[in-house]
Amino acid sequence: MSQQNQPEMLSGGAMLVRALHDEGVEYVYGYPGGAVLHIYDALFQQNDVKHVLVRHEQAATHMADAYARASGKAGVVLVTSGPGATNAVTGIATAYMDSIPMVVICGQVMSHLIGDDAFQETDMLGISRPIVKHNMSVRNPADIPAMVKKAFYIAQSGRPGPVVLDIPKDMTMPNQKFPYSYPKDIKLRSYNPNAKGHPGQIKKALQTLLAAKRPVLYSGGGVILGRASEELTELAKRLNLPVTNTLMGLGAYPASDKQFIGMLGMHGSYEANQAMHHADVIFAVGARFDDRVTNATKKFCPNATIIHIDIDPASISKTINAHVPIVGLVKPVLQEMLSQLDKQDSKSQAQLDQTALNQWWTQIQQWREVHGGRYEQRSDLLKPQAVIEAVHRHTKGEAYVTSDVGQHQMFAAQYYKFDKPNRWINSGGLGTMGFGLPAAMGVKLHYPDAEVVCVTGEGSIQMNIQELSTCKQYGLGVKIINLNNGYLGMVKQWQDMNYDSRYSSSYMDSLPDFVKLAEAYGHIGIRVTTPEELEPALERAFALKDRLVFLDIHIDPKEHVYPMQVPGGAMNDMFLSKTERT
Amino acid sequence: MRHIIAVLLENESGALARVVGLFAQRGYNIDSLTVAATEDPTMSRLTLVTRGDDQVIEQITKQLHKLIEVVKLVDLSESAHIERELMMVKVKASGDQREEVKRCADIFRGQIIDVSPTTYTIQVVGTSDKLEAFIEAMSNTQILEVVRTGVSGISRGEKALAL
Repeated sequence: MSQQNQPEMLSGGAMLVRALHDEGVEYVYGYPGGAVLHIYDALFQQNDVKHVLVRHEQAATHMADAYARASGKAGVVLVTSGPGATNAVTGIATAYMDSIPMVVICGQVMSHLIGDDAFQETDMLGISRPIVKHNMSVRNPADIPAMVKKAFYIAQSGRPGPVVLDIPKDMTMPNQKFPYSYPKDIKLRSYNPNAKGHPGQIKKALQTLLAAKRPVLYSGGGVILGRASEELTELAKRLNLPVTNTLMGLGAYPASDKQFIGMLGMHGSYEANQAMHHADVIFAVGARFDDRVTNATKKFCPNATIIHIDIDPASISKTINAHVPIVGLVKPVLQEMLSQLDKQDSKSQAQLDQTALNQWWTQIQQWREVHGGRYEQRSDLLKPQAVIEAVHRHTKGEAYVTSDVGQHQMFAAQYYKFDKPNRWINSGGLGTMGFGLPAAMGVKLHYPDAEVVCVTGEGSIQMNIQELSTCKQYGLGVKIINLNNGYLGMVKQWQDMNYDSRYSSSYMDSLPDFVKLAEAYGHIGIRVTTPEELEPALERAFALKDRLVFLDIHIDPKEHVYPMQVPGGAMNDMFLSKTERT
Repeated sequence: MRHIIAVLLENESGALARVVGLFAQRGYNIDSLTVAATEDPTMSRLTLVTRGDDQVIEQITKQLHKLIEVVKLVDLSESAHIERELMMVKVKASGDQREEVKRCADIFRGQIIDVSPTTYTIQVVGTSDKLEAFIEAMSNTQILEVVRTGVSGISRGEKALAL
C-alpha cells in the first residue's frame, strides 16, 4: 500500500503486479518468456498475486476465461511476446465471441526494436484487434497503473470482453522506478455504456408482454453475464411465460422448473423451437439471435413481435428486426419491469389473457410429448445421453460442467439440467475445441470444494491434453468425462447426413490409451466400455474428492444429436431422429 | 444509398486502424476516408463515405460507436449538410489546348496551381459529383494524374459535431 505523503517508488514490472493486486486479482495464468522476465521477477518477489504455470498459452486464456464465466470477474493472462502472444489468440477470440471479461498482458520487445522484426516480435495489437473489445500498448511505465485500471474497466463494463495490454520489455525495467498509486475509478469521455434502459420502452415492452397470447421468453448469455437470473425467473413466473435458454444462457432459468421448455436453436428441444416459431411475442433478454438459434432468418418466427433487451445496441436489429428495442444492462431493465409490474399489480394480473395463455400452455404440453428428449436405449452400448444423465445424478445437478466442442457439448447442454447460472461453461460463439479441460481447471482453482466436470470427447481433449500436467502441479481434482466414440462425432454426423457417410478425416486411428495417459501424468484413469461399468466407475470417480479422474467412456459410435434443425429452414423444421423429420 | 459519416476520434495511435479494420472485417464499403486532427489536438475528425441499405448503415454507425476511441459520430446525410472534396488534376496542356483547359477550369471555378511548358495542374473543390463532372469535361484532354482528398463534411446551421 502506498503511504499517504510519499507514494512508493516501484518499477514498471512491480507496478503491474501491484496494480493487479489492487484490482483484486488473486491468480494470473501464464507462461514466461524473454519479454516478460522483469514481470515474472516482480511476481516472484511478492505473495499476493499467485501465478499458475500452464503448459501452453492457449490453456492460460481458457483458464482465465472460465474463471470469469464462473465468478463474473475478469480473468488475467500473462504471456510473452511473439509465439506466447499468438498462442493466446484462440483463447482471446473465444472470450470475445462469448463476451467474457478478460485482461491479457502480453510482453513485447523493447520499444526501440519494435518494427525491426526483432526476436519474438509480433504485432500483437494488430493481430488481436479484430478479436478484442480493446487493446493498448504501454508507452511510458508511469502509465501502467492507470492502464491496468482502464483495461479492467473496459473488460468488465457494458458488454464485457477481452482487453489486451501490450507491454514492451523496457517498460518494466527493475532499475527504473516511478511513484505508484492505483486510481480508484476511471472515466472515459469516449466510452460510457448506457446501463438503465429507456423507461418508456420498458413500459411498452411490459404492455406488449401483458397483451401476449403466445409469448416466449428467450434468454441468452447476457443474463448470466449480467447476473440477472433471479429477476428473469421472477418476471417469468409472474407473467407465466414459457422460457427457453440459448446454449450460452443455460442455467439462467432453472431447467427443472415446469415453465422451462429447453434450449432452442440448432439442437434445441422440439417444444422450444415450435414455441418460438408460433409465438406472437418473443421477449429476447441478453441474447443475440445468433445463426445457430434462428436458422434461416427470412423464415424466423413469422408472427412474432420482438422485444429485445441488450447492452450492446449493435446486437439489436442486427439479424432480426426488433419491434421494441431496449438498450441497457439486463438486470436494471428487468428490475424496472418488475417495479412497473408492482405498480400495476392486481390490475396487471387481470390484464393477462389467461384463457389464451392456458391454451398456449396446452399446446406446448402437446409439443413436449412429441420428442421429449427421447433417445434409443440399448443394453449392449453406452449412450452418451445416458452418461450425462448419470453424471447429473452423481453430482446432484450441482456441478460446474465445462465442455469442449461437438456432439458431447450438445449432449451435455441437453441432458445436464442446469438449475443455476454460471455452472455451464462452454465455448458457444467460437466453438473452440480444447476449451474444456483448461476451463475446468480455471473453475476448480477458484472453487476447490465444488465438483467440476469436464465433458469432452477423444478429439477435443487431445487439443489441450498437456494440461493434465498443470492439474498435477496444482492439485486440480477435476473429473474428465471423455465420451469416446473414436470419431469426431459432429463432423461424422454431418457426413452421415450430407455426404453419404463418407468419413473424410473424421475417424481417429491410433488413439492413445487414455487410462495409461492419465496415469502417466500422475492421475487416475478408468475405462468404461459397457453400460454395467458406468455406475461403479462414476461412484468411484466422484468419491475420489481431491484427485483428477479421467473416465474414458466408450460410447455408441453411431449416435447423432437430435433434434436438429434442417439447414435453411424455419425454427421448427427439425430432424427428430435418423428417420423422422417435422 | 450513399452516406457521409463524420466521426470524432481520440487522437491515439491505432484508433484509425481500428476504424478501417472494422470496415474490412465486417465487409462494409469505404468510398472515401479522410482524417486529420481538430482544433483540439487530442481529437481527430474522420469523414467516411460508405454505401449500404438502412440496415447496413445502422450497423456501421452502431459498430463504430462500439469502438472505445470513438467519441461521437453523426451520419451527415440524415440532415442538411455541406460536403466538399478537393481534387488536383495534372493534364497535358500545350498550344491551343492551354486556352481550352483554362476555360474549362474557370467554368468549374477551378484554379491552375502549377504550370509547366507542357502541363497544367488544376485544383477543383466541390462535391464529389462536381469533381466527377470536371473529369468528364476534361475527356478530350490527356489526364496525367488525378488526386482527390476524399469527402469532408459538416452540418448546416447551428448543429455541430463537438464535445
